[in-house]
Amino acid sequence: MTVTPGSPNSRLDPEPIPRRDLLGLASLWSAASALLFAALGAMRLPNAAIVAAPSKSFGETLPESLPAGEAFIPAHRAVAIFRDSEGIYAISTICPHLGCVVKSNAEGFECPCHGSRFKPDGTVSKGPSPLPLKWLKVKAVNGGFQVDEATTVPAGTRVKA
Amino acid sequence: MSAPATPPPALQEFKDNLRAAPRRILETAFRSGNPSTDRTRSTFIFSNVFLHLHSVRVHRWTLKWSTSMGLGIATTAGFLLTLITGILLMFYYKPYPDAAYQSIKDIHFVVPTGRFIRNIHRWAANVMVVTVILHMARTFYTASYRRPREFNWLIGMGLLAVTLGLSFTGYLLPWDQLAYWAITIGANIAQSPREVTDAIGITGWFDPGGMQKFLLLGSDTVGPEALIRFYLLHVMILPLALMALMSVHFWRIRKDGGLARPADADQRLGNAPGPVYPVFTQAPLKTYSLAAIVRGRTPAVGNGPENTVPSMPHLFYAELGVFMLTTLVCLALALIADAPLKELANPSIPENPAKAPWYFLGLQELVSFSAFVGGIGIPTLVLAGLGLIPYLDREEAGTGEWFGGPGGRKVVFQALVVGFAAALAIESFAIRFGWIREWYLAVPQFVVTVLNPGTILAAVYGFYSVWLVKRYKSTRAGALGLFTCFLCGFLVLTVIGTYFRGPNWVFYWSPGDWPRH
Repeated sequence: MTVTPGSPNSRLDPEPIPRRDLLGLASLWSAASALLFAALGAMRLPNAAIVAAPSKSFGETLPESLPAGEAFIPAHRAVAIFRDSEGIYAISTICPHLGCVVKSNAEGFECPCHGSRFKPDGTVSKGPSPLPLKWLKVKAVNGGFQVDEATTVPAGTRVKA
Repeated sequence: MSAPATPPPALQEFKDNLRAAPRRILETAFRSGNPSTDRTRSTFIFSNVFLHLHSVRVHRWTLKWSTSMGLGIATTAGFLLTLITGILLMFYYKPYPDAAYQSIKDIHFVVPTGRFIRNIHRWAANVMVVTVILHMARTFYTASYRRPREFNWLIGMGLLAVTLGLSFTGYLLPWDQLAYWAITIGANIAQSPREVTDAIGITGWFDPGGMQKFLLLGSDTVGPEALIRFYLLHVMILPLALMALMSVHFWRIRKDGGLARPADADQRLGNAPGPVYPVFTQAPLKTYSLAAIVRGRTPAVGNGPENTVPSMPHLFYAELGVFMLTTLVCLALALIADAPLKELANPSIPENPAKAPWYFLGLQELVSFSAFVGGIGIPTLVLAGLGLIPYLDREEAGTGEWFGGPGGRKVVFQALVVGFAAALAIESFAIRFGWIREWYLAVPQFVVTVLNPGTILAAVYGFYSVWLVKRYKSTRAGALGLFTCFLCGFLVLTVIGTYFRGPNWVFYWSPGDWPRH
């Protein structure tokens, strides 16, 4: 079709889109939106619905003679369990800085990766860690304890034996 | 009836064809015949799908050793070596925890040539990282990123990022202590935007850091899911991305008019040492009707073939020479030093000190003050700054010359002093006196994120280069200063992270002073 230059098209008499252009634009936009949705869908797949990891909750019994302030560390768990006169509490030993496992010592905890230090209650005393160590939920269960690594509790929370 | 003295014509023809077959296969593969004249040397290139990424003729400036030092080709050679050795390693490697470690052990101790192949893979990857950085520095200091090569500089940034990504993902695969803890730290760096979202208090509903880490690991800790993802990235996704970017990178070198050279390169080179032959000894076989419909000015327009030589053999033999030299270096290193393999990964006890590959130790040094600044903030700033250089520096003086542009060598020397001094000063201060939290325990994290050695160093370098822009009235002068400072900072932090940090990331003058445990 030919368009006369300078002739204004009114709203009642719009310039028709040539069929070729319409088909071309339709294929362009359908391809673009299909790509966008395919990309979003492809991003959805690696975002797993179920986390393939061992259970975060585990049962434990403390040894009879555990001095106050000394950590009991269950095998294969990044948790330190303590007993003092007020009860039992668990502190996560995963450094909030970059995820290394901190070591318990007389002054509290220290991280081998970037030198963060924590007091016995988990608050930062030195180094790059932006947050204190997490206190974890402990439940007394017939003679032993259930520790839940996925649930944090306010610092200072203790459970009576 | 006696038998005919000569075989029937059909049989004779068959025998002749059979005899001629090898020659004809060669002729049909390389249609142009022996590349001995200008014309056959040209057709040798443009009738070959792989070679025609090169232009048919190349300027004599390009072949000067000081123009490129062959660093791009050396990087490509490193990539090809890792590609071939990587495919060989895949014969035995099993991407599953513990099995992965055992298979690397098998490759090291049992598989014929396994240890040598793995060593070459590791050394070629290291060589590739070194040459890609040097190649970037060469391109920067010769101001080769300028118009019309701006976009190829950006492609180069992409190649740098993918190269580092390949190294990082390869680091996990042996599943030893070194790998496990380096990747734990790396994955938590991906999560470090939380340092900022926590400080503002929006992590609950907007958590890009957590999303990144989960996407990378497929879980909340480094486990089988993470290993298969890193393997997939290392052997499939990133190599494909690298090859795609490389193709564009090479193609654009040609389309942007070859390597950058000074405007007066022809005068500087003087006359060709040998006799100069006319380019076309016969009338051109092709007409250039396409040129009539392509509008605009390409870099080749208006440039005659003077001072160019055929790419075959001059350029190709030079490239082959660099390729063989790189191979020699990688093989020699592979014979001298073994790729490391520590104990099997143990998620309960971190390696102490847990160090990333050497080229990330500069960042790890910054991370030891603030995870976000060292892991995300500074790298993003550096990549964005480098990427913007060709779009901010629109000048023309000094293109194609080493340290070309206003200020030139003087700025570079001054920036070397400033860059080293600033990095050493801030690091010495932090090592000697500690940082804010050791003086005021209750300081909010936000303050530490904004004020730490990394941000202060970046600010010093930034102000210095802005001052250079004003002093020399030239963006190029500022860029020269900033880039030089960046290299100095990278070097200082990397050396400190590599040689002077021991257990618990404490400063030691030498590894001999590390406490025994």
